[in-house]
Amino acid sequence: MVETGHFALVLAFALSLVQTIVPLFGARLNNQRLMAVGGPVAVTGFALTALSFAALASAYASSDFSLANVWENSHSLQPMIYKITGTWGNHEGSMLLWVLILTFFGALVAAFGSNLPASLRANVLAVQGAIGAAFFLFILATSNPFIRLNPAPIEGRDLNPILQDLGLAIHPPLLYLGYVGFSICFSFSVAALIEGRIDASWARWVRPWTLVAWMFLTGGIAMGSYWAYYELGWGGFWFWDPVENASFMPWLAGTALLHSAIVMEKRSALKIWTLLLAILTFSLSLLGTFLVRSGVLTSVHAFATDPTRGVFILCILTLFIGGSLALFALRASRLTAGGLFHPISREGALVLNNLFLTTATATVLVGTLYPLVVEALSDDKISVGAPFFNLTFAPLMVPLLVMVPFGPLLAWKRGDILAVAQRLMTAFAAALLAMLVTALFISGATVLAALGVGLAVWLVLGALTDLAVKAGLGNVATGIMVRRLLGLPRSVFGTALAHLGLGLTVLGIVGTLCFGTEKILSMHPGETVDLSGHTLRFAGIYPAQGPNFSEDRGRFELIGPAGNPVGEISSAKRFYPVRQMTTTESGIKTLGLSQLYISLGDEGKDGAVVVRLWWKPLVTLIWGGALVMMAGAAMSLMDRRLRVGAPSRRRKQADAAATAISP
Amino acid sequence: MTRKQKRLSVILGGLVFLGAATGLTFYALGQKASYFYMPADLATATVQPGQRIRLGGLVEKGTIQRGQGATVAFSVTDTHKSVKVTYTGILPDLFREEQGVITEGTFGPDGVFVADSVLAKHDERYMPKEVADGLKAKGVWQESKSE
Repeated sequence: MVETGHFALVLAFALSLVQTIVPLFGARLNNQRLMAVGGPVAVTGFALTALSFAALASAYASSDFSLANVWENSHSLQPMIYKITGTWGNHEGSMLLWVLILTFFGALVAAFGSNLPASLRANVLAVQGAIGAAFFLFILATSNPFIRLNPAPIEGRDLNPILQDLGLAIHPPLLYLGYVGFSICFSFSVAALIEGRIDASWARWVRPWTLVAWMFLTGGIAMGSYWAYYELGWGGFWFWDPVENASFMPWLAGTALLHSAIVMEKRSALKIWTLLLAILTFSLSLLGTFLVRSGVLTSVHAFATDPTRGVFILCILTLFIGGSLALFALRASRLTAGGLFHPISREGALVLNNLFLTTATATVLVGTLYPLVVEALSDDKISVGAPFFNLTFAPLMVPLLVMVPFGPLLAWKRGDILAVAQRLMTAFAAALLAMLVTALFISGATVLAALGVGLAVWLVLGALTDLAVKAGLGNVATGIMVRRLLGLPRSVFGTALAHLGLGLTVLGIVGTLCFGTEKILSMHPGETVDLSGHTLRFAGIYPAQGPNFSEDRGRFELIGPAGNPVGEISSAKRFYPVRQMTTTESGIKTLGLSQLYISLGDEGKDGAVVVRLWWKPLVTLIWGGALVMMAGAAMSLMDRRLRVGAPSRRRKQADAAATAISP
Repeated sequence: MTRKQKRLSVILGGLVFLGAATGLTFYALGQKASYFYMPADLATATVQPGQRIRLGGLVEKGTIQRGQGATVAFSVTDTHKSVKVTYTGILPDLFREEQGVITEGTFGPDGVFVADSVLAKHDERYMPKEVADGLKAKGVWQESKSE
């Protein structure tokens, strides 16, 4: 089985070379048969990669320690779920997952792209094949998971205990679906550059892929944030860690791409910019892969440091980013500029959105790479953390968030800002009221906190106003309004949902950062402590035994107003003997939208235990908002107009006739 | 406005915006980036009390003292020099004597480093990269320690 997997991987590499070369020449020679090779090859390549991945996963499931990779990252006593997720809980396996998803997207284009123009489809598959070839070679040359050990060890070295969590089952696959999903947008862009033409139908094909990738990336980042929140025991949801930034940059750029693609699709404007943005978004995904996988950063994600790997990925990075940008520089002038618009219009609002989002991406990029550059040029080692991003990223986000409700209400081409402002009056008044209430009635509220709450309310109500206005609230009878609301295109709902989710996330962040409380103290068993109106009693420490760890579990009782226990929270110190490693399992109790969070520290000599307690108001909204954003993207995807590869024949002909080519 | 003028004004507006963002970014880098030092580096570097830095090294053997409540005192050493550090909070799970550690905080007026965060290794196999590099440079690192 293992050798089959290894062989399948080598075959998949060979096929990816075929997928790169044959359709590319086919498109060049306008040979239908050569171009048609791309589809079946892409699907077969995916099947082979899946086989290879399955072989590795089954080696993990059966604890086959004759594989070096399994021996290093698994243990026979681990629960089955962690044995399987351990497949991608290491460098080699996670790269295999990366190419699996890459070939999966390629196969999707092959399967659903039957109504793409043949040459565009061939070129897209060729570019996708080239990315695949580079990463297959990377895996086979530097990170082969199928290397055997002889003699085979009897027992494995265990998976890093921090990774022994359900989060590992969800976070990496979602994140990679997002990261790698943008490769399709990249391939479409490079294909358009190779062909030297781009039109509105191109945007219609690219937008669903952007939506899919964006949706998964949103989920992956949110899941990673929640995982770090409960697993590390530090109580934070975002650390501005370079590895987090690595996934956040493609998200910001992808969000900009999502918006500029609308302009391109509806108004045929911003073509060149959209294309560039698609290239940049995937380039940032590649950069993220480099930062995380090369070991230039020390973090829980850098499984091992091996300089050859870093150099290899850097070469891939240079080849694809440099190549695509060079192609862009050569060919972009061939693409014609699109429709005109007034600065105050939907297009104008979306341009501003892009300006802010790309600038924000750039500040995150600078903050992430600056320490690496400084270290390379001098011997100084510096770190750029939260204070930097609070000073640069936050000021960019606030005006952007204020503008969000205006965008969807402005008309295309030439909008009336005063009329829109009038429609948003209710939302604005409510936001103002929320600010006043926060400032006056909530103790300890700062001006910034009040502004934050107001901003969140403004976003949520702004999104609802958008729906209400489009349904004709106030102009038509209720019955007609409901019918109109239900008849609105799904993408309108998608926009409103995504913006509403953003508002919820902002509310969660403001609630946690501005109204949360924290206590660090040492407690004896039987002692009680008050935390923002909640009384907690420390019951004591109880030892317990897990499948591959032992733990000391500290139990706490939540005391109700009547003095009786109404709930229990427990936090534990776990010891994993194989790796001689201790981890902290935080104790979390969700009360409404808020959470009580307990993290256990060391035991003192007198039997007292250091305990860190947090009250985190509205914290669940941070991730709940992300889920709503994902739902918005899913809703948009269901829009008839955007179904993957759905443009009707009639429209396609019209577009083909309207295509602008200036050789 | 003609199309050309319009485009020019858009480009100018964008440049002004980008300029402002760039200025802010570099200001913030100057102000908010924190430098990494090992204890022996502090003799030559000028670190003001109150300036945020990161101090890394090994936790010196026999120096960990638990005070009242959640306050802990220990010394960070690079085997040439050592610096006394105090920290209030929960130490990371992998915080041990003679292990690599990075603390972040400021020097108090009494010369004691008051840390508000303490980072140890993520994994028993690795040393924080800065500390490993620093120890190598000072000639006290043995490769065998990494495994």
